[in-house]
Amino acid sequence: MLIRQPVRLAVALAGISFAGILMFMQLGFRDGLFDASVTVHRLFDADIVLISPRSTSSVSMAGFPRRRLIQAMASPEVEGITPVHWNLLLWRNPETLGTRSILALGFEPGHPLFTDPTLAEKAKLLTQKGRVLFDEKSRAEFGPVAEWFREGRTVESEINGKRVRVAGLIGLGASFGADGNLLTSSETFLDLIPNTPSGSIEVGLVRLKPGSDAEQVAQRLQSQLPDDVTVLTKQGFIDFEQNYWRTSTSIGFIFTLGAAMGFVVGCVIVYQVLYSDVSDHLPEYATLMAMGYKLNSLLGVVVREGLLLALFGYLPAYAAGQGLYLLVRNATQLPVAMNTVRAVSVFSMILIMCMLSAGLAMRRLVDADPAEIF
Amino acid sequence: MATSSLTIDIQALSHWYGKGSTRRQVLQGVDLQISAGEVVLLTGPSGCGKTTLLTLIGALRKVQEGDVEVFGQQLRGAARGQRQRLRRRIGMIFQGHNLLRCLTAEQNVQMGADLLPNLGYRARRDQAREWLRSVGLEDELGKLPHDLSGGQKQRVAIARALAAKPQLLLADEPTAALDSGTGREVVELLKRLAREQSCSVLMVTHDPRILDVADRLVRMEDGRLYQTIS
Repeated sequence: MLIRQPVRLAVALAGISFAGILMFMQLGFRDGLFDASVTVHRLFDADIVLISPRSTSSVSMAGFPRRRLIQAMASPEVEGITPVHWNLLLWRNPETLGTRSILALGFEPGHPLFTDPTLAEKAKLLTQKGRVLFDEKSRAEFGPVAEWFREGRTVESEINGKRVRVAGLIGLGASFGADGNLLTSSETFLDLIPNTPSGSIEVGLVRLKPGSDAEQVAQRLQSQLPDDVTVLTKQGFIDFEQNYWRTSTSIGFIFTLGAAMGFVVGCVIVYQVLYSDVSDHLPEYATLMAMGYKLNSLLGVVVREGLLLALFGYLPAYAAGQGLYLLVRNATQLPVAMNTVRAVSVFSMILIMCMLSAGLAMRRLVDADPAEIF
Repeated sequence: MATSSLTIDIQALSHWYGKGSTRRQVLQGVDLQISAGEVVLLTGPSGCGKTTLLTLIGALRKVQEGDVEVFGQQLRGAARGQRQRLRRRIGMIFQGHNLLRCLTAEQNVQMGADLLPNLGYRARRDQAREWLRSVGLEDELGKLPHDLSGGQKQRVAIARALAAKPQLLLADEPTAALDSGTGREVVELLKRLAREQSCSVLMVTHDPRILDVADRLVRMEDGRLYQTIS
């Protein structure tokens, strides 16, 4: 019946689409944030990760004695270890000369760090002191490092006031905690932060022999090692980081609230449209009731109307969501992308929204007294 | 059952509107019997309760006092489901045409036929066309109510009421919105089609020009019925 009122139909669909887009964006940002916070974490070539119990997140990693990592070697399942230095350092933009904090990882160039096999080759470039590998997916505020490097220029800059040279590019990705990343050797790293206590590292990577149960080994190591170290599986390390952003910051809550707002706004719009539609056609519904149609079959009409609205409101929302994700990806370098779970959950939200509104609008239908039409 | 030959059997029916001090009696002990296939016209000044009587017979309102039996079923205290099923056997034609605005003439008539059980879509559509042909609208099948004249709309409404194959037809001033020529035509049509289906007709009208189509005239005044033999 809405088809006879194209304006009202357009308003309804626009409203639903708007609500859908709002939910897509908010949930997309939220999930993107949680994904982005662990871009680097996912890349580590490790089964078990040792961190300090005082570390709360990637932006505030505390040190623990390197000895603990070597003690972990004693376990028969352990195949190899990599001590990693981890800190936020001030990088000077070589173009504007402004500084900005960048996530720096220091490791022994000979040791495996990431699962990415191309890194081993590039790591050799770091053996010379004062060389860094720059993350080309870092935000543009760090300067046109990647462009300059590809042009063949020698890119030099300062970190914490010390001169470094970009020896190569890697692709990691920005996160909410760090706008950019760089890799360097432990030697260079300690040189950049001279007051690091010797023998202190922030992250210890442990690789297990194939077939070992990481969960079990982690538990045993935790009980064997002193409590100045926390033993996590790789997944546990990822969860640890995501959990920080989810619970210790307001970000998760804000975006979930935003999505809820979209839901409520959509509900109100759909309810308004369905309600006024039912009201306008009340005499007709009453006529049908007088003819002997069941109330339920008339309610079915309203439900179908809601269902169609949901469907046709969702499609543009989905398309717009895709487009906006692309926009956000390009603008923020955050891994915001459509996934099936979100597509389905937003659709079910829209469906619930339309059905809820239809249900409320139906109460008007129950008022349709067939005796009134004479 | 003794009353089974009667389509409508009303005994001492009274009805009130409002509550408390504003309570007003509109029907006072109405008795009315209509047998199968009879055409009865109900006249009377406006506000005397004609429409109320019609809605009570049509199972659209709850019976407050008295007995109303339609097709031998007692309506006093009938549940909603029972009244809804009963309404399927009663055709109603309203003062206004009450067609569904967004459906074509054909689809509107089909809405009536849709209530018949065990009929496929095609059969119902063919029936709808047949009915429109018998009311002389075979050329207007695809038109929306908006594009039809008043007389045509009323004829579509009649076709819709009859498409459900009712055994009782209630009409509330079906000619009110029509000029005398068209009104006459519509009523004649109504009577002829009702005869063919041996369906009882109870028609409320003010229109003195159509009184002669009735088998019987009933006059109502101040909530009481006066039988007139015509």
